[in-house]
Order: sequence, then structure tokens, then C-alpha cells
Amino acid sequence: MMAGKGADAEERKPVLELRQVNTHYGLVAVLRDVDMAIYPGEMVCLLGGNASGKSTTLKTILGYVTPSSGEVVFDGEVISGKSTTEIVRRGVSMVPENRRLFGDMTVEENLLLGAYTRTDKAAVEQDRQMVLDTFPVVGERLKQKAGTLSGGQQQMVAMGRALMANPKVLLMDEPSMGLAPILVDQVFEIIKTIRSLGRTVFVVEQNANMALSIADRGYVIQTGRVVLADTAANLLANPMMREAYLGEL
Amino acid sequence: MILAGLVVLVVVAAIKTFTLPAEAGPGELSRYTADTWRSFIIGGLSEGAVLALIALGYSLVYGILRMINFAHGEVFMMGAFASYFVADRFSDNDFLSSSPAIAMIVILAVAIGVSVLVAILLERVCYRPLRNAPRLVPLITAIGASLFLQNTARGFFGPQARGYPQPDFLDGSWNLLSFDIARIDLVMIVVSIVLVAILDYFVSSTRTGRSMRAVALDADIAKLMGIDVDRVIVTTFAIGGVLAGVAGVMFAMRFEQISFTTGFRPGIAAFTAAVLGGIGSIRGAALGALLVGLLRSLGPALLVGFNIPSVFQLEDAITFLVLVFVLLYRPGGLLGSAAAEKL
Repeated sequence: MMAGKGADAEERKPVLELRQVNTHYGLVAVLRDVDMAIYPGEMVCLLGGNASGKSTTLKTILGYVTPSSGEVVFDGEVISGKSTTEIVRRGVSMVPENRRLFGDMTVEENLLLGAYTRTDKAAVEQDRQMVLDTFPVVGERLKQKAGTLSGGQQQMVAMGRALMANPKVLLMDEPSMGLAPILVDQVFEIIKTIRSLGRTVFVVEQNANMALSIADRGYVIQTGRVVLADTAANLLANPMMREAYLGEL
Repeated sequence: MILAGLVVLVVVAAIKTFTLPAEAGPGELSRYTADTWRSFIIGGLSEGAVLALIALGYSLVYGILRMINFAHGEVFMMGAFASYFVADRFSDNDFLSSSPAIAMIVILAVAIGVSVLVAILLERVCYRPLRNAPRLVPLITAIGASLFLQNTARGFFGPQARGYPQPDFLDGSWNLLSFDIARIDLVMIVVSIVLVAILDYFVSSTRTGRSMRAVALDADIAKLMGIDVDRVIVTTFAIGGVLAGVAGVMFAMRFEQISFTTGFRPGIAAFTAAVLGGIGSIRGAALGALLVGLLRSLGPALLVGFNIPSVFQLEDAITFLVLVFVLLYRPGGLLGSAAAEKL
């Protein structure tokens, strides 16, 4: 398996790993023998078309569905089969598709819920400050109900909420989905900002160009199988990729 | 149309009631005095106070699971019934009059304990296995559980009503702002206000309260925050049980009796209150209960002018009428959110 950037990658252990994972919905195989590894500090994207298994990969990692075979390893321990609550407590966090903020609650409460499992008050306060420094707009809206914010602002709150958990791995499910083109640029700026904080990020995206322009590595998934795994630069140059996903004929 | 007709009917009845002769001969109706009306209002408020505590149980559970726990009236009855045995004992050996504070604490603890236990068992045995079933299924199960609990109480404790003792310190009345108010009524109103205020603070401002609201809004994402959804659900049922336990003791002490059917009518009235106020909303449940309590007490009194035989038996008919009209014209309730209207 390709290790991320830098020569020291081979001595590092992946923080999150999928080993020969198969996931079924009923009798239908949605993931087939999926192998993936994400190393600390890198940003990896998962690309693929509709119904290719992208979202199911995230659901499998988070324990919303249990793989029928294979295992998900996080931080050296098998987490497949554990509950979502337990997996989140161990340090996996996600920015869900369409943001899914608690719309009737204030921005402040949304952030606090992000840190729900943490008991280290001082560190939580530090992370809260970090989120407010990273997204100053969020700080101006703390008392406002999250549902009343604009799409871009909500995306920042969703990212902030996920960061409040101080996750070892931050998953993002289609962050550009359903946003106006101008907001898509904004969202990728936000992701870049998060990346500059040194976070390990695993992002699922349909917008392959954008995703590869900010990621270290990428996986391409097709009908549940990983068909390509390479560095972002190589994927951008790959003729097959250019044809199928990057919109060049 | 129908609503307008009803309003006219009530206004006509009220006019007739208020213009009855002040002094009437034997067998004739006479006009109620201001004191009588005041006692109707206080009676309505104290009934509303008990209904509020029960209504909150319906409302909290609905907010989180989007299901009506129709067995909640039995949660209330079971706690009250269990505490009867303790209260009866304390009454026989005079413990209730010699150390009323300790006796009350024990009685309340038993009622709360049993109500919480029944509520948690209901969730565990009847609702949790059906969490992903279509909505109609847990609803029917709830009705089944309600009948099961009623008949269990009837089987173990018999069909007859038992006299529930009222402690001496709640007997009689206090003079408040120049008028007399029955002690038990005042205690019910004050206890209810305090508990509703505590609950409101708890849900809006504590970590557990926040997790309850998060589960109510979006359970999947609540899990993603690391919230243990099952535990939040159990906590919600338990809180409903605590409130129902307190309500049960107060209700039984006010009417000085308890039977296996005690949970049914207050249960339906409280459910109506929760719907009227906007199910899922705490303040809505309290407001709805206040209005339903007053309606049950003042409604029949206003109709006295029509000379209906045993008009005061109409309180349940009035309650159901309110339920029907709320569901027809304002299914989200007075303070309800848009979410409730999806029902």
C-alpha cells in the first residue's frame, strides 16, 4: 500500500485501516474486499460515482453498518462490530453529508455537543478557541440557531463541531454536496485550513478535481471495489481518471 | 363552522348560567356565587398541576421517540398504587401524623421508585425491540401494555377502590390573600410549578438535557457526537416516571382513593394537554395541562344553565372534544414546533 508523503511514512503505522472489508445490505454486496490505510497527518480522498460505495465506506468505519467480513482497525485496535458511540469516543469524528447541524439549537450548543464525550475542560476550551480563531464568523453567531445560518456558515459550524471532538481522524462525507459553486470553493478553502492544522482527514467527494487538488492521496472506488490507489498528483495525471472522473474527454 | 357553532353554544350556556336566579326555590338551580367560581378555578388549577406532570411524560417520550406511550397513565397508577400500601400502613400506625415529613418522603420514594421501574421496563420490554418497526406497531403495543398493567393491578389488588389516606397537614385550608384555598390544592400547584421549572432548566441547560434535545432532533447525528442514544432514551422514560410518581401520590391524596383504573382518565386528559400545548414541548405541556385542567373544571360549570342532568360528568366529553378540535385545526399544538405537525 502506498504510504503518504515523506520518506518516514513506512515506519509509521496507519491510524485507520480497512482490511479486506466486505459490507452487505441484505444480500447485496456494497463493499468488496476493500483495503485502505490512512496515515497520521495525511489527507486522503475517496472518489467514485453515485452508488459506488463511498458513503457505505464511511458508515462501515463509523459502525452504522457492520462489515460481513474483514475488519476496520483504528489506532491499532479492531473497531468493526463496535457501536458508533464507542467508535466516536475512541477518536473518529465525521462531518456528515448535508452538514446535519442540530438546527433548533444554537451554534454554541452545536459546538458543545461536538465535545460531548470529553471531560478535559481546559483542553475543550482551547479547542473551542481554536475553532473560533479558524472560523471567526462562527464566533459572531454563537447565540444564533444553527438552522438560520447560510449554507457556507453551516459548513463551518459542522467542521467546527467535528473538530471539537479533537478527533484522531476526521471524516468528511461529500462536503461540497448541494452547495452553490461559489460555496464549493469556500468549502475547499475550509478543508485546506483544517489540513493546515495538521489534522488527519479522510474525505469522500464527487468533485474529484477539487478533492485531488488538496489531498495527498486518493482511492477510487467503483461498484464497491477499490480500482485505483495512488498519490493525488499521479491520479490527476492518470488517463483513465481524466476520462472517467475529471471530466475531460 | 362546527367550531363557531360550539362557541355560540357555550356562550349561550354561559349567559344562562350567569343569569340564573340568585335565590332559588327547592329543586331549582341557583346562580353560583363568586366563591363557588373561585373554587372551580382553584380545582381546575390543581388538576392542571397534576396533569402537567403526567403530560410531560408523554411529551418527553414523544419528543425523543416520536411515539405516544399510551401506557404512561399506568406508570402513574402503578406508582400511586404501590405507595398506597405504605401510606395505608403509616396511617394505621399513626406514623403519618406523628412524623409526616419522613412518612411523606418514604411514600414519595416508593411511588417514584415503582413508577420509574415500570417506565423503564416498558421501554426495555415493549418499545426497544420495536425501535425500527413502523410507527403503528409500538402504538398498538403501548395500548396493549396499558391494558396489561391495568389488569395486572386489578388481578393483584382487586377491582375495588381503596381509600388513600391524606396526611393531617394537608387537611383543611390556608388563608391566602384573603381567600381560603385547600392545602392539598396549593401544595399540588406549588410542587408542580417547581418540578416543571427544574425540568425546564435541566433540559435547556445541562449536558444531559442537551444530549436529550440532540437525540430528539437527530438521533443518528447524536450518535456521531458520541451520545449513547439508548441511555438517553432510558433517562427520558425515567424522568417521566419520576414526574408520574409524584403526580400519582398527589392525585391519590387529593381524591383520597386509588384503584386500578385511576391511571386511565388522568392519562387521557394529560395526553390531551400534551397535544394541546404542542407535543414535544415542555412549556407547551405545562400550558396545555393548565388549560385542560381549567376546562375540565369550568366547562361543565358553564353548562349548568342548560339544566343537563349530572352535568359534571361531562368533563371527559369536554376533554375529548378539545382533543378532536386541536387535532383538526392545530395539530402542532399551541407551542408546538413544525416537526410535530408531521405526525
